[in-house]
Amino acid sequence: MEPTTVITGFVALYIFMLAAFTGYEIIGRVPAILHTPLMSGSNFVHGIVVVGAMFALLNATTVIEQAIGFFGVLLGAGNAAGGYVVTERMLEMFKPSDKKKS
Amino acid sequence: MSPQLLIDISALLASFLFIYGLKRMSSPVTARSGIVVAGVGMLVAVLAAFLYYFGVSEAAKPHLTTNTILAAIALGVGVGWAWWSGKKVAMTSMPQMVALYNGMGGGAAAAIGAVELLKTSGHHGALPLVVTIIGSLIGAISLSGSLIAWAKLDGRINGTWRVKGQQLINGTVFLATLVLGLYIALVAEGHAHPAVTGAFFALALIFGVLMTMPIGGADMPVVISLYNAFTGLAVGFEGYVLQNPALMIAGMVVGSAGTLLTLLMAKAMNRSVANVIFSNFGPAGDEVQGEIKGSQKPAEAGDAAINMRYASKVIIAPGYGLAVAQAQHKLFEFVKLLTDAGVEVKFAIHPVAGRMPGHMNVLLAEAGVPYDMIFDMEDVNGEFKEADVAIVIGANDTVNPAARTNKSSPIYGMPILNVDQAKQVYVVKRGQGKGYSGVENELFFADNTNLVYGDAQKVMVQMIQAVKSLDGGGH
Repeated sequence: MEPTTVITGFVALYIFMLAAFTGYEIIGRVPAILHTPLMSGSNFVHGIVVVGAMFALLNATTVIEQAIGFFGVLLGAGNAAGGYVVTERMLEMFKPSDKKKS
Repeated sequence: MSPQLLIDISALLASFLFIYGLKRMSSPVTARSGIVVAGVGMLVAVLAAFLYYFGVSEAAKPHLTTNTILAAIALGVGVGWAWWSGKKVAMTSMPQMVALYNGMGGGAAAAIGAVELLKTSGHHGALPLVVTIIGSLIGAISLSGSLIAWAKLDGRINGTWRVKGQQLINGTVFLATLVLGLYIALVAEGHAHPAVTGAFFALALIFGVLMTMPIGGADMPVVISLYNAFTGLAVGFEGYVLQNPALMIAGMVVGSAGTLLTLLMAKAMNRSVANVIFSNFGPAGDEVQGEIKGSQKPAEAGDAAINMRYASKVIIAPGYGLAVAQAQHKLFEFVKLLTDAGVEVKFAIHPVAGRMPGHMNVLLAEAGVPYDMIFDMEDVNGEFKEADVAIVIGANDTVNPAARTNKSSPIYGMPILNVDQAKQVYVVKRGQGKGYSGVENELFFADNTNLVYGDAQKVMVQMIQAVKSLDGGGH
């Protein structure tokens, strides 16, 4: 089964360009107090790499490919899960509404 | 509905949820829900990834059961370990944990590239191959570099490691890596001997180590942020190779956001990113030390506390040392006593207080310090000259006047908190050590400075007792 979407060089460039502007715009207006959680949050988002690693592992044909694929899924899963947990823990402490009044 | 269509829909949904989640994370009010939104996107994408089961290549079909079991094990172990480690890590250790998770993402991107490059059946064209190589290179550098950053921040590697002609060595290794990569992509056209591919990855990993080792601990936040952007780019590039738009979008969003964040951090330290990476803090200013006049004058915690109790305005400059001593809760208790007695108290946060920008805000928020008491450096710096007392707890480099005046100091030019302008300065300190950058601090020798020696938490307890016994009664 071939992918239904075929992304050629120029379409890829358009996607990259628009995504880059999106990232720039999102971060550009963030207050300094959120820099650490946001760095951690963006760290979580690139944990999506685990999906690519799963594709590589499921399509592995040799032992070495299986080993590297396994390694990739392991690391990617750690990136995604770890990134989520620490970001969530940090943001949990930011409760501005009931503290503003003091 | 075919499995591939489901995968495509899930990728679209995940991309939307990531961007929407990050957007929500950019405001304190909605931040908490933002990470949950992004988390749902991740869950959708990972569950859908099991649908690749139905679409593997003919060659991989005999291995499909094994591969699926392997994937489930890797996911289980990876998620389990990360969940456990992420739950138990202390807030003070957050930066190195982010570095570690980030390095893992870079490693995963490099692994995808490695599997692609090892494939003998050719669907390769020059462009995808070059992109695979670049993604692998960046991912591998991010992996080994982040591991070094983690080890340094975690105190597993101490000091910096420099040799003569280091730039030359680094340059040579990088060039060799690049040449090997281009050979694999353009000359061997993706059919290079596995040993060559292996050498390419080994060199890329070595370069990550070489690049990070000479960088001092104080600069690590910038480096982590840079590697965060690197991993994003690597993921984006490998996403193109795999023709997966979700990886491309998520990777590039993080790549650009991370780059901007890196620039903001470097700016806060008054340095360029190139300056951080290529010319490091010099060998810690031994020659600077001798020039400092005056002496360090000690003070009792109780006396300092009572002085603050009768002040009208107190500004607190907290640093990482406060959090290491786990004293932020006691500090806030002391601050509440002061404010109850009518003293105006403000927290002054240097942009790089803690180990990452915004890290100190996280640590104070953990102790329950309300937002409206916490001020950024540029908003509060003009107020130090009106303050009766400035108290520095666990901070050092961010309050060192040498950054303003001493051109030979390695931290010269970095904006600092103007605590030395307060009428009285107290510095709570464990001992007579230097700051993270290894620079001696003139502030500690100034006429209006007294040092309160001791563990920050014990000092805060003494201060609380002093004020309480004073207000509690006169009997």
